[in-house]
Amino acid sequence: MNTQTHIRCQLTIIAEFVLEARLMALLARLGAHGYTVHEVRGGSFSSEGARHREGVGETDRTIEMKIICERAIAETIAQQVLDEFAQHFSVRVMLAEVEVFRPGKY
Amino acid sequence: MDPLILLFALGVVARLARSDLRFPEPIYEALSIYLLLAIGLKGGVALSQEPLLNVAWPAVVTIALSFALPFVLFPVLRHLVRLVRADAASVAAHYGSVSVVTFAIAAAYLDRRGISTESFMPVLLALMEAPGIIAGVMLARAGGAGGAPVMREVMVNKGIVLLAGGIIIGAVIGVDGFASLKPLFGDLFRGVLALFLLELGLVVGGRLPDLRRAGHRLVVFALAAPLLLGVAGLACGIWIIGLTPGGATLFAVLVASASYIAAPAAMRMAVPEANPALGISAALAVTFPFNVFVNIPLLTILGSAS
Repeated sequence: MNTQTHIRCQLTIIAEFVLEARLMALLARLGAHGYTVHEVRGGSFSSEGARHREGVGETDRTIEMKIICERAIAETIAQQVLDEFAQHFSVRVMLAEVEVFRPGKY
Repeated sequence: MDPLILLFALGVVARLARSDLRFPEPIYEALSIYLLLAIGLKGGVALSQEPLLNVAWPAVVTIALSFALPFVLFPVLRHLVRLVRADAASVAAHYGSVSVVTFAIAAAYLDRRGISTESFMPVLLALMEAPGIIAGVMLARAGGAGGAPVMREVMVNKGIVLLAGGIIIGAVIGVDGFASLKPLFGDLFRGVLALFLLELGLVVGGRLPDLRRAGHRLVVFALAAPLLLGVAGLACGIWIIGLTPGGATLFAVLVASASYIAAPAAMRMAVPEANPALGISAALAVTFPFNVFVNIPLLTILGSAS
């Protein structure tokens, strides 16, 4: 197997569970090849009072979505996610460089 | 004392005491699927022994009433509770829709007292899930608020699919077909409901701190609304639909109950600018326990006296 690595971007989106279907549609539309999603728990300790997103029920669940793609696509997706959802929903978006083995997959 | 209520109380106390007791999400999901399907199936089986025409008038009144409820509550939430438009529409939708667990507790309460109800009550429950949510979305949109279109999601949400699906399957298989399912969906029902209430108690306990942020006006609304809606529902059940005292009591509980599963998820998507903590906290942390501890016994007394 060829072990040469290639640089791609890993986009991580932590968001409310109710956004999952809309995020997936957005990823497909903007050219992502795939994604990984799983449920997570977490919270914040802001001055307005601690808020823990770990309850049951769809409005209290949180997902973490990871997408590995070209940087340009990752930036477009990040911008779109922030434009569409950041105002009213709990959303965090992060970018990191990763090394991948089969660049054609991403 | 009803064991269902004791388990609910245990959940609340455990959460307030910061116990590490927690239900895994898949278990909660499985329990809610079971309860919805069991209520639907049992309702369908009962319905198979009744002429369908008997359900037509109650169904029409039920849909009209649950669609109208948010329009009645909206001005109250706007001007007396002083919520902004999106929040008022969202909370109104929670109270226009219904709580399946409140229905199950009321049905069990009446059953224990030997008070009979119409067999088609689960049909009315299923019919009351969606119209209030749709009305709430319309109220929000009328003011220019609103996000994603949600009509499809509301109509095929798991509550409606399982309740309506269960009713249809129950009606098709009848008493004989249900016999093989009875050990799971009949005999175990109250035990599973008890487990679910323990979990719900934990969730309610976790929601109580949110109430301080919601404000005292919303708390007063969450206590007064089920009381007044319950009495109005009782009157409607007896004089407009023509239900028996037991059926009218159960109908009143439906009208008095507020959704904390279907409505919050739908409103989060449809009206993202609304504060999601308001509706769910009012419905779950105030109205649900108030209905369980005070309103169901009260409406039963009023229903029996009528």
